[in-house]
Amino acid sequence: MAETVFAPWDDPNETPLITFQNVTKRFGDFVAIDDLTLDIFEREFFALLGPSGCGKTTMMRMLAGFENPTEGAISLAGKDIAGVPPNKRAVNMMFQSYALFPHLTVWDNIAFGLKRDNLSKDAVATRVEEMLKLTRLQKFARRKPHQISGGQRQRVALARSLAKAPKLLLLDEPLGALDKKLRQDTQFELMDIQEKTGTTFVIVTHDQEEAMTVASRVAVMDEGRIIQVATPERIYEGPNSVYVADFIGDVNILSGTAKPFGREMYQVDWGGGTLATAASAKPFSDGQSCHLAIRPEKISITADRPEADNAVQGKVLDIAYLGNLSTYYVELPTGQTIKAQTANTRRISRRTFTWEDPVWVSWTATAGVLLDS
Amino acid sequence: MRRALLISVPYFWLLVLFLVPFAMVFKISLSDSVLAIPPYAPTMKEGIWALLTQLDFENFTFLTTDDLYWKAYLSSVRIAAISTVLTLAVGYPVAYAMARAPEEWRATLMMLVILPFWTSFLIRVYAWIGILSTEGFLNQFLFGIGLISEPLTILNTPTAVYIGIVYTYVPFMILPIYAALERLDGSLIEAAEDLGCSRLQAFWLVTIPLSKNGIIAGCFLVFIPALGEFVIPSLLGGSSTLMIGKVLFEEFFSNRDWPVASAVAVILLLILIVPIILFQRNEQKQAEADQ
Ligand SMILES: Nc1ncnc2c1ncn2[C@@H]1O[C@H](COP(=O)(O)OP(=O)(O)O)[C@@H](O)[C@H]1O
Ligand SMILES: [Mg+2]
Repeated sequence: MAETVFAPWDDPNETPLITFQNVTKRFGDFVAIDDLTLDIFEREFFALLGPSGCGKTTMMRMLAGFENPTEGAISLAGKDIAGVPPNKRAVNMMFQSYALFPHLTVWDNIAFGLKRDNLSKDAVATRVEEMLKLTRLQKFARRKPHQISGGQRQRVALARSLAKAPKLLLLDEPLGALDKKLRQDTQFELMDIQEKTGTTFVIVTHDQEEAMTVASRVAVMDEGRIIQVATPERIYEGPNSVYVADFIGDVNILSGTAKPFGREMYQVDWGGGTLATAASAKPFSDGQSCHLAIRPEKISITADRPEADNAVQGKVLDIAYLGNLSTYYVELPTGQTIKAQTANTRRISRRTFTWEDPVWVSWTATAGVLLDS
Repeated sequence: MRRALLISVPYFWLLVLFLVPFAMVFKISLSDSVLAIPPYAPTMKEGIWALLTQLDFENFTFLTTDDLYWKAYLSSVRIAAISTVLTLAVGYPVAYAMARAPEEWRATLMMLVILPFWTSFLIRVYAWIGILSTEGFLNQFLFGIGLISEPLTILNTPTAVYIGIVYTYVPFMILPIYAALERLDGSLIEAAEDLGCSRLQAFWLVTIPLSKNGIIAGCFLVFIPALGEFVIPSLLGGSSTLMIGKVLFEEFFSNRDWPVASAVAVILLLILIVPIILFQRNEQKQAEADQ
């Protein structure tokens, strides 16, 4: 029996938990969020991804109640939340800096929000113990924030923001301060906790790998606008613009003009000697300028001319050895370079190609995405 | 060797500028008053033996027989404590506003707080006589706007002393509190609000505890000098305020009873040692927390 896929965004009967309706936020003349419309559903792990300064934190702060939209409306569970102060929202935020209270112990930090709800002492204690257990912090309950490590501090911040069982948890670059190994462990921990608690998470990050790992959907932002919202696979395999293709992962962009060539097939004149064949559901007119985006791992590299929809010859300009993978930079006679990536299934001494070797790079008609901007 | 030298510098400083003068005062406090120059006996000239046999605690016993002294001590402690609380009440909001002011204003505001130190303390206290006296600026102003029909008597009352002390020492309260508040991370307040605090609760539960060290430092920096204050009570307090600094001055210069004056000073120092040690502890704790 197949499991039902979690995809409320595809179900027209689902009502979103959060709705941004034409939201604009200005600071003076500066437009931080520009006419943004977005739905986020319950139990989602939603990632906001974008370069620094694109307005991710501003969106979070509007959800938490620290900023109000200049125009448009944000609703949470169907209610417009404009003007509702932060302490009256069923939303908690894990701050980029953690913002742990330095004068309180780990225990009291976690209990801080619970005590504001006039719960009984026992209820507070039970909930705090629960949170300590969830984040594996029992041993550190009596310590002050400055007496624990960065990773532990980050877990305290998480426990504190989860303690009140908010409808919505906002995480602003929660793992920015951690080193890579710890970050990966924590990402899985976060996903685990999200699944256990059923809370809706909105996470801000500028690390695309992190967004791809944890999120049910990713929104790629630029200059206060959302460029694309989709599942990690769709964002990666079917970016809707050169910006998104370039932002997420590594990509070859071949720019040229399109020419219809059969049903949903186009030939792209990209100045590479031969025309490239590419499939595209999106229509292009004859002579329309376009960009063909192909991921390096979808490009094969061979010594002899292969049987493929597209093949061009060049020579190996550079090799980037990444351990498990190698990226070959192949220079074409026209001066362009194409990146091709292969898995290093053999030891490096047995590598097939080396610098200056003449090689063929090839890809299928469906390997790339044809984009108009 | 270098280390030892470095460590010895503050001790040397303490020895020369504190312990030696204190030993001299303490020695005088154990002497007898005589009509001579210097006005006490025995002196060093009479030799160590005479010195050791003639010294006694007579002056300290004398202090207990006249209730002027303990009343003056008590009154000083009370005035210093009340002034400290008043200074805190004035200084905290100022420090808070400074810490919240736009970044580019802060240096100017700080300058304004320090500016009064550029004029002599004595002149500034004198100026208050002109403000507070019966025909002073304050009464004239209140008359002018029709708020009073009888002039207020402020000068030569404890109120004038409180005004003087608060005015003089408020920068010492503002600066440490400002330092604490300026370092306070604004996201902590937001976190508190996010977790369900109202503005006021966030202030009480986060801002106040996190500026505690600044408050304590400020209170000691006001309380300690206010306790031995002499200029302000004698210029503004008239005869109605009793403070130990004034008693000390009178013993020394009017009565020329150096031994009794020294005994008064020794007791004052002993009273001050308690808050000074507490203050040091607080500073040390903060230094540790900062690491
Ligand atoms: N309070 C503010 N006043 C003025 N400009 C602001 C303010 N907050 C954010 N901005 C500006 O809005 C833009 C988006 O900021 P932010 O949301 O923090 O970006 P990020 O995506 O890096 O989190 C930035 O250019 C920033 O300078
Ligand atoms: Mg940010």
